[in-house]
Amino acid sequence: MSLGKPAQSVNRILFKNALVVDPEALTQKQSDVLVEDGKLKEIGKISAAHFSDPVIDCKGLVLCPGLIDMHVHLREPGREDEETVESGAAAAMMGGFTSICPMPNTNPAADNGEVIEFLKRRANGLLVDVFPIAAVTKNRAGAELTEMGELVEAGAVAFSDDGDPIATAELLRRAMEYARLFDVPIIDHCEDKALSKNGCMHEGRISTQLGIPGIPSLSEEVMVARDILTAEFTKSRLHIAHISTAGSVGLVRQAKEKGIKVTCEVMPHHFTLNHEAVLSYDTNAKMNPPLRSATDVEAMLAGLRDGTIDVIATDHAPHSIEEKQVEFDAAPFGIVGLETALGLIITHLVKPGILTLPQAIAKMTLNPATILKLERGRLKIVAPASLTIFSADEKWTVDKNKFKSKSKNTPFHNWELKGRVVGLYNNGLWWQRP
Amino acid sequence: MEFNRKHLLELKGLTREEITFILDTAESFKEVLKRPIPKVPTLRGKTIVNLFFEPSTRTRISFELAQKRLSADSVSFTAATSSVLKGETLRDTARNIEAMNIDMVVIRHGASGAPHFLTQCVKASIINAGDGQHEHPTQGLLDIMTLREKFKTLEKLKVAIIGDVAHSRVARSNIYGLQAMGAEVALCGPPTMMPLDAEQWQAEIFYNLDDALAWADVVNVLRIQLERQQKGLFPSTREYHKLYGITRARVEKAKKEITILHPGPINRGVEIESEMADSEFSLILDQVTNGVAVRMAVLYLLSGGRGAERFDESTN
Repeated sequence: MSLGKPAQSVNRILFKNALVVDPEALTQKQSDVLVEDGKLKEIGKISAAHFSDPVIDCKGLVLCPGLIDMHVHLREPGREDEETVESGAAAAMMGGFTSICPMPNTNPAADNGEVIEFLKRRANGLLVDVFPIAAVTKNRAGAELTEMGELVEAGAVAFSDDGDPIATAELLRRAMEYARLFDVPIIDHCEDKALSKNGCMHEGRISTQLGIPGIPSLSEEVMVARDILTAEFTKSRLHIAHISTAGSVGLVRQAKEKGIKVTCEVMPHHFTLNHEAVLSYDTNAKMNPPLRSATDVEAMLAGLRDGTIDVIATDHAPHSIEEKQVEFDAAPFGIVGLETALGLIITHLVKPGILTLPQAIAKMTLNPATILKLERGRLKIVAPASLTIFSADEKWTVDKNKFKSKSKNTPFHNWELKGRVVGLYNNGLWWQRP
Repeated sequence: MEFNRKHLLELKGLTREEITFILDTAESFKEVLKRPIPKVPTLRGKTIVNLFFEPSTRTRISFELAQKRLSADSVSFTAATSSVLKGETLRDTARNIEAMNIDMVVIRHGASGAPHFLTQCVKASIINAGDGQHEHPTQGLLDIMTLREKFKTLEKLKVAIIGDVAHSRVARSNIYGLQAMGAEVALCGPPTMMPLDAEQWQAEIFYNLDDALAWADVVNVLRIQLERQQKGLFPSTREYHKLYGITRARVEKAKKEITILHPGPINRGVEIESEMADSEFSLILDQVTNGVAVRMAVLYLLSGGRGAERFDESTN
């Protein structure tokens, strides 16, 4: 797999004339950034004269804390034909991410310390850091809690049965109470499976036309409501994965106003596409939660704007061509997202003025880092440097055949986007996109 | 007029002119069917495969007969005898069949959109013989043909579709086809069987059968799939019959002549009283006869036929 020149070990490096975006201060200003001993040393006016280490001219480029994708699927262990830690990390680099959080629905599930350690080991030496999310229940079966203490010790940063909701309100309650011991969030995939049944797309105008079984908004919203009430009752931290409906945004907004400790995330496809994408029966428009109505898309934008939605993540879900090249009903849910997210965010949120650049960056850096208690996502002097350098203006056309991900299941093939990674610094390694 | 479509996947999007053209062609074929030797050489040398991934009796026989009456070479397979059971994908099945050099595929499949998917896998013309809960275009055409025979025009004709509209491919093809022909369409059934956003069709929605009967000139009575009872869409066939069953008493209450269609197979005593299915109101057997003629017309036009000419057996 070619990523151009491999990442080089560089302890000291100077970035000149970058547009430095600080997601904490919500500012953007022209500055130089010096990294020394792998740490952020100085931001300001720094002379390149007599500087023998690499100097990167960042004129016209954005520099920000390394992007974090807190919701990906790496398929390792179990489906290495679709993605591995290594190929997922390569895709992450092409997308501008220095940190990714794989969900535990692998085979075997990430429900014990060994699988978490295995993932950490597989990521060893890579530029991209992998922060695994462990299962809430053993084998994700929705019955018994996993050994959360051991999992946290092994490196798990949160717990989720993603792919499935946490089965019962009682289990959710106990998981949230117990997770408080370690101050880690519970991340829930909110879906009432009885309501979704054999649904394959959003239930509404288009499913009615196509006769495709629908997944009603209700199936997400009843679970969001259940989870919020449980978070209030247990006074524990809840993060709602991939929200997609206007009703869910409303519920989270109300919960935040009441001071309940709830955060949530949205995927780029849920603010750039609606259910009309299914009209051609394209299985790359099949994901769960499904593409919703135009009204729901508006609600996503409003939620992003007013801060109800804290995080943008991808739900990167690789599937083989064979699995997707079937009738709509038979195709698995999910699309890859790591390599298109930044471009979609810049093109569809920042350029139209829905979010400022620092606001958009905060949803991929500071906010996920705060939720997961990661020592990153900020421009903190003396902290290990994790940086993303990208162009917010470079136009490019998505070509799925050039993806570094092993899977090509994207509805964004041939989309024209602005916003593309130029270089990454992380773990003392410097890499430039070829 | 020329008919330039390669596939028949749905009635949605077909114009009144196109539907009229198909029906006019079907009428010529209906005349052929009345001859002592009901067969023409029109599709001699054409090869057609019928892929039936769902059980079907009348649609499959109707298509097969239509193909024989047109002198096409055709083979049929059903899911039970096919390689589907051996785990072959629809794409592979279709591409293998295509490698045997065929002109047309007729497909019945449980997944909505399966015929659309086939158009991306093979070069042959595709005819949708019913896909999931999406459409059943030849059924829609034969319903329209049957009504046109009786009423001459469908302009302003009031047709109520009764039953499980949400899960019915017959309902969708009827809605799109009838509206294209200028008919007014209403839907009637319990709220559990009305799809979300049914209002988009600009069809009147009745929850009470008597209101629908008072409104309608024609009722198209959908087959109730008994397994839907387990899915909680209705509590029992007994209650369904009581609320939505077409009975003589209810039709007489409407105090007018009401024409009855049913796509079959009938659950006698559930969605329609047995006696009413065989009554003077019913056009159910005309539908079946017209089915063959409509399918002949579709097969002929999609294989490049020029339309309503006289079909002469002497060229045989």
